[in-house]
Amino acid sequence: MRPFAYERATSVQDALERHSDGAVYLGGGTNLVDLMRLGVEEPARLVDVAHLPHDQIELRPDGSLVIGAAVSNSALAADRTVREGHPMLAQAVLAGASGQVRNLATVAGNLLQRTRCPYFQDASKPCNKRDPGSGCPAREGEHHNLAIMGHSPECVATHPSDMAVALAALGASIRIQGRAGERTIPIDELHRLPENEPERDTTLEPGDLITAVEVPPLGMPSRYRKVRERASFAFALVSVAAALDVDDGVVRDVRLALGGVAHKPWRAWHTEDALRGAEMTGESFQRAAEVELGVAEPLRDNAYKVPLVRNLIVRTLTELAERGAS
Amino acid sequence: MDMPIYAEITLVVNGTGHRLSVDTRASLLDVLREDLGLTGSKKGCDHGQCGACTVLLDGRRANGCLALAVAHDGAEVVTVEGLAKDGRLSPLQEAFIEHDAFQCGYCTPGQLCSATGMLDEAEQGWPSAVTGDLGADTVLDDEEIRERMSGNLCRCGAYAGIVAAVRQAAQRREAAGT
Repeated sequence: MRPFAYERATSVQDALERHSDGAVYLGGGTNLVDLMRLGVEEPARLVDVAHLPHDQIELRPDGSLVIGAAVSNSALAADRTVREGHPMLAQAVLAGASGQVRNLATVAGNLLQRTRCPYFQDASKPCNKRDPGSGCPAREGEHHNLAIMGHSPECVATHPSDMAVALAALGASIRIQGRAGERTIPIDELHRLPENEPERDTTLEPGDLITAVEVPPLGMPSRYRKVRERASFAFALVSVAAALDVDDGVVRDVRLALGGVAHKPWRAWHTEDALRGAEMTGESFQRAAEVELGVAEPLRDNAYKVPLVRNLIVRTLTELAERGAS
Repeated sequence: MDMPIYAEITLVVNGTGHRLSVDTRASLLDVLREDLGLTGSKKGCDHGQCGACTVLLDGRRANGCLALAVAHDGAEVVTVEGLAKDGRLSPLQEAFIEHDAFQCGYCTPGQLCSATGMLDEAEQGWPSAVTGDLGADTVLDDEEIRERMSGNLCRCGAYAGIVAAVRQAAQRREAAGT
């Protein structure tokens, strides 16, 4: 590992001032330290932002949440207000990593974790995300767990977070402190599709620091479901974060996002549109799922994800419909 | 070649304070093993996947291999060497012996520290991925124990004994009301 300087930021302003060329913010380190050990990341300086006073979860009177960027994944999932008001968020966090990793990992670090594409993590292989222009062996190689939607000739990576999928379904906003001041953007505008710049996971500018995540109130039953290759402690093959409000057999409102399918958490806007006002039957859920999956372009070895995520959507919505109707 | 960069830190390990000069690249695991001679914590995968390096960091279980020592200046650490009190093994350690919860023993320090932290988490009502009702009290049945211990691998496959030992320690803890 290349030697690096370590500095602990004392304030947001201090963090921004210390963040210069070659510097990287350090949260819990569960992904960054691993990537440094693998030689994938080689920062000259770490600016530790884990000790900034962003470790609180605030419940506002309208039922919305403001989650500090440095809140640990464990604390987020254990929080009573999150479990009661936004259960799919707690479920998504608990579906990821292990108990000891969740204790170290932060909310902002979870959002900004890098893909687990095997070629990205292997510094001896070409990878357009790690080394722009070097090529993408995943497209013809080992890609059974990579993207089926929104990928480009340059990159077929997926975003690995579970938490971010629930936040996408919830329509969360990301509070960012940048060199030009503070701004808040929808989570849908944080992560990006690879296009011809796969080295950019997000729309963040150099020095930008995520300080909080704002989550609007939900007010309907929700559920996070994840399919993986072993019972626990594995990244998703596909996952679904869903919330459903039914009235008299008809869908009144719905939120749906998909994980493991693309370079970003995939908000299923088309399925949501098709579901509002639709009958709450398995057939209508399936039709609505297929509207979204019509744009899927699976690779040679991951076409299984299309029916898998379709069935997962139908099963999750059916479960929520039964719960809402009872 | 780039020169290493050192930083001065303090750590309280198993109740004893230490002032150390560490390479910024050093993991907490390496500092415990190489600088302090506490070789109970093991290096398995060195990527946070196997859990052999698990220690209690400021009271919570954490992967020592993923924690940069310099980022935990001032922390309190408990390793497997610190679980026994006054020469007596902890109830969890005794349960591991009683239930034959290991074969080669390499993963055992991590299993013990992880289970110790996990029992605290459960006592504080933290849910897990297999908890059906997120509002309900935590009941540590075998399914819950397996899920909560999924960050600790055992290549000998001593899982049956590990689950039994953790279950017994949880039940005794509950019975004692501590």
